[in-house]
Amino acid sequence: MSPLSARYDNIAITLHWLVALLIFAAFPLGVYMHDLPLSPTKLQLYSYHKWLGITVLMLAVVRALWRSTHTPPPLPATLQRWEHVVSHLTHMALYALILAVPLSGWLMSSAKGFQTVWFGVLPLPDLLGKDKELGELLALVHQGLNLALFLLVAMHIAAVIKHRFIDRDDILARMLPKGINK
Amino acid sequence: MIRMRMMVMTGLLLLGGQATALEFKQVSATESSVTFAYKQMGVPLEGKFNQFTAQISFDPARLNLAQARIDIGVSSIDTGSAEADEEVLGKLWFNAKSHPVASFVASGIRAVGANRYEATGRLSIKGKTLDISAPVTFQASGTRGVFDGSFTLKRLDYAIGEGAWADVSTVANDIQIRFHLVVNATSGKK
Repeated sequence: MSPLSARYDNIAITLHWLVALLIFAAFPLGVYMHDLPLSPTKLQLYSYHKWLGITVLMLAVVRALWRSTHTPPPLPATLQRWEHVVSHLTHMALYALILAVPLSGWLMSSAKGFQTVWFGVLPLPDLLGKDKELGELLALVHQGLNLALFLLVAMHIAAVIKHRFIDRDDILARMLPKGINK
Repeated sequence: MIRMRMMVMTGLLLLGGQATALEFKQVSATESSVTFAYKQMGVPLEGKFNQFTAQISFDPARLNLAQARIDIGVSSIDTGSAEADEEVLGKLWFNAKSHPVASFVASGIRAVGANRYEATGRLSIKGKTLDISAPVTFQASGTRGVFDGSFTLKRLDYAIGEGAWADVSTVANDIQIRFHLVVNATSGKK
């Protein structure tokens, strides 16, 4: 058994893939709905997007807590020092963004005067009062953070592909449930 | 008619403490408001009409003579979002071009308790007129009187939001209308 077979625990793995799935739904939805003319469909999509986002935020809080109280499996010994640094920074930035992106959306929503009611059932408090200019500023912040998230996720996936097919150190196995990989 | 008289008398008895008859009829436009509340995808939202005129004549001691008419400039609507403000003026919503004014004309008001009344009348929106009734409170201090009331209408009764917008799971059918009218008194006829 190589040292690489050490995996994240099941909770961390489940949270990772759940958040990934939700982001892969919420992100394109956000891009698509944004330019639609006003219609019932648009209002529905906005709600779905917000529900997904708040779910990501909740799971991200759990993930951050879990990550800060659990030691992740070691990186392969073959990795260069710079790879350790970049990996660590990327992961910390990803954690920050999965918190900041939905939070900025929530704040934007409040500033624009639309409360977020999670799944149409649980009303979230408006952390900001209605303020048109602040709402527009937060819309830019939300977009900017999303662009950063998009780039980092692309980098994250590119790294997985590089490690699997070029370096062949199969770093992906750390984040796969037991039995899927081999 | 007898029933009517009884009500008026009851009203007089309830208001027995107010000896001086004052007729409240000067509406303060700047202090008055017509707002509405509704739900969109389960999210509570509020809006208001910025332009309306109210003609009111109200003497708590002479309810049978009370008159009220409120005309609302539909295109003065503020739904809270510019996109929606534009949308709701269109044909599917208010059709503001053909029906620029929504109006309420009171047909009667009766006392139901201390400072509490039930106003009835006809509400016309988008060419449709329906009978409504609304609980109203009236608080007077000196020559300044304040009416507060609200009622809930079903937007589809007035065809407000047709076509795809008729789906009430997106924009709820219930729209709560709230009015706050500040009316100053002139000394009434004896």
